Amino acid sequence: MLELFRANRRECSAAVVLALLLGAYLYTHPRGASTYVLTIWANQCLILALAAMAQFFVVLVRGIDLSVGAIMALTNTFASYVLGGTALGIAAGSVAVIALGTLCGLVNGLIVVYGRIQPIIVTLATGSIFVGIALLLRPTPGGSINYDFADAMTLDVAGIPTAVLIGVALVVVFWLPLRRTGLGRAMYAIGSSEQAAFQSGIAVNRVRLCAFALGGTFAGLAGSYFSHVTTTGDAGIAPNFTLNSIAAVVLGGVALRGGVGTLIGALIGACILKTISSLMFFSGLPPLAQPFIEGMVLAGAIAIGSLGLLRVSDRLLVFSR
Amino acid sequence: MAAFLRSSRFDALFPFLMTAAMIVASAAFYPDILSANYLLQQLQIASFLGVIALGATLVILLGHIDLSVPWTLGGAAIVCTALAGTGHPILSAIAIPAALLFGALVGVINGFGVAVFRIPSMVWTLAVNSILLGVAVLNTGGFNPRGEASSLMSALATGSLLGVPAGFLLWMGLLAVLLWLLRRGGFGAYLSAVGCNEKATYLSGVNTSRVVFGAFMLAGMCSALGGVLLAGYANQAYQSMGDPYLLPTIAAVVIGGTSILGGRGTLIGTVGGVLFITLLSSILSVMQIGEAWRNIVFGTIIISMLLVQTLKSKGTPA
Repeated sequence: MLELFRANRRECSAAVVLALLLGAYLYTHPRGASTYVLTIWANQCLILALAAMAQFFVVLVRGIDLSVGAIMALTNTFASYVLGGTALGIAAGSVAVIALGTLCGLVNGLIVVYGRIQPIIVTLATGSIFVGIALLLRPTPGGSINYDFADAMTLDVAGIPTAVLIGVALVVVFWLPLRRTGLGRAMYAIGSSEQAAFQSGIAVNRVRLCAFALGGTFAGLAGSYFSHVTTTGDAGIAPNFTLNSIAAVVLGGVALRGGVGTLIGALIGACILKTISSLMFFSGLPPLAQPFIEGMVLAGAIAIGSLGLLRVSDRLLVFSR
Repeated sequence: MAAFLRSSRFDALFPFLMTAAMIVASAAFYPDILSANYLLQQLQIASFLGVIALGATLVILLGHIDLSVPWTLGGAAIVCTALAGTGHPILSAIAIPAALLFGALVGVINGFGVAVFRIPSMVWTLAVNSILLGVAVLNTGGFNPRGEASSLMSALATGSLLGVPAGFLLWMGLLAVLLWLLRRGGFGAYLSAVGCNEKATYLSGVNTSRVVFGAFMLAGMCSALGGVLLAGYANQAYQSMGDPYLLPTIAAVVIGGTSILGGRGTLIGTVGGVLFITLLSSILSVMQIGEAWRNIVFGTIIISMLLVQTLKSKGTPA
């Protein structure tokens, strides 16, 4: 048991921080700890968490995805057309939305892997394209989602917010098994050392493509969940989510140099980030000071992660971090 | 010939060639584009992005990235318009130096996180950006900041000397200063060396932290200068005035042949990248293409240019 904690100490410490923040949030919230408050909180968290998971898969293989927000905008506007009808139509529409996200991720991956261009600049450019298409679909925010379906996704089941159930299901049904497959291990191997992975016979190109496509899938999930929460399509949501997804994975203990971190960490990081801003809202601080304190907390949280430097005895080890 | 095509000198030349090709191609449909007036106006508009991108090139050469550009720019604009807006002669006179000092200060904070705490620059500068945003909101109360541009700022941004836009002259002047700074005392060589291999550079006796601090400070000052010019152009500072400059800056640097991983690139190439991007977005608006299609064309052209660049250097590591 202790071994398990030690192996996942980044996730564990992040989880402790999240628990404290959530406790403070529920304590300061005027309506106290109720299913209603928790549901609102969980919905906001899950949107960013899905975006952070999208970022996680790409970061894991030493990439960075600046198009996460753009894919969300595209899938969100697309969802506002296809998620309005009958039960069968909604089911087909949901599949189509997620497939669209995957396709976007796949395009990123193809250009990165076969065009041999750095991910940061590829996704910057494709992001611009995705936002353009989203603007074609919805020049102004609008459209609608079937209310019953949106309610089912964003309310609660027997007192537990649906968003929490979705998050847990993703981890238990998808991530924990995936991590043990060849694909999961190969992604970690590529993130640690692409050359070593290649020399041990891993199909590096194919695995990186998979990672980018998975990133797209999760960005598509994030976009479609965003439409359940807002019940409209809006092409202007991209910039915020991209940058926050990067901050979230770092807070969750995922290393931007690749090969380190877990999907659970990304999820916790996103929840921390979202809880901080919700906490600020009810904290009684002057509203004008809130963005400043939010920024300071973010910087502080990131800086704490590097405190391990103080223990480094060999100056040269610093450079390998 | 093939060797020349792969050299970094050609990488720097490439965006200029593409810019020329774009002018010729679009002039076939819109002959007005060849008018001196239009082209000079483009140079003036390009100088805002150009000044910022020169600073960004230094940081990217290091293998880092500066995402605090938007609010370094916005903060500097607020500082100098607030000082100039008082109408006090001394305060107006120190408006521009104060803005540059602000930029340098932000650079020091950026450098501190990256060089001392060794936090990935991508997240640290992002956090610094949100802190600066917070300070600006706290300071202005969420409204558009008061103040106005001094006559010197307006002259720099909109004036011209012998028909050449002053902003363009300032941009070229800054280029000359930075080129001189990079050649002198090995700072330029150290920049690329840290970008290639920081450990090896440190082991050869270079104070790598100082190089990182220097690059981030210069980049901060360049962003601040961009803010001064932009405030002079608009005769005010406004919230989120820097946001549209972040991504085009990175795109301009990369199109200019600088490797985003650091270690290889030129300032001249960045100038070409800025001209290319400015002209591209200008021509797209001349063609009266909607925002949606402009985004799509913009992204597609950047990817195709980079594909051409990588394909021609096939065989050498990207």
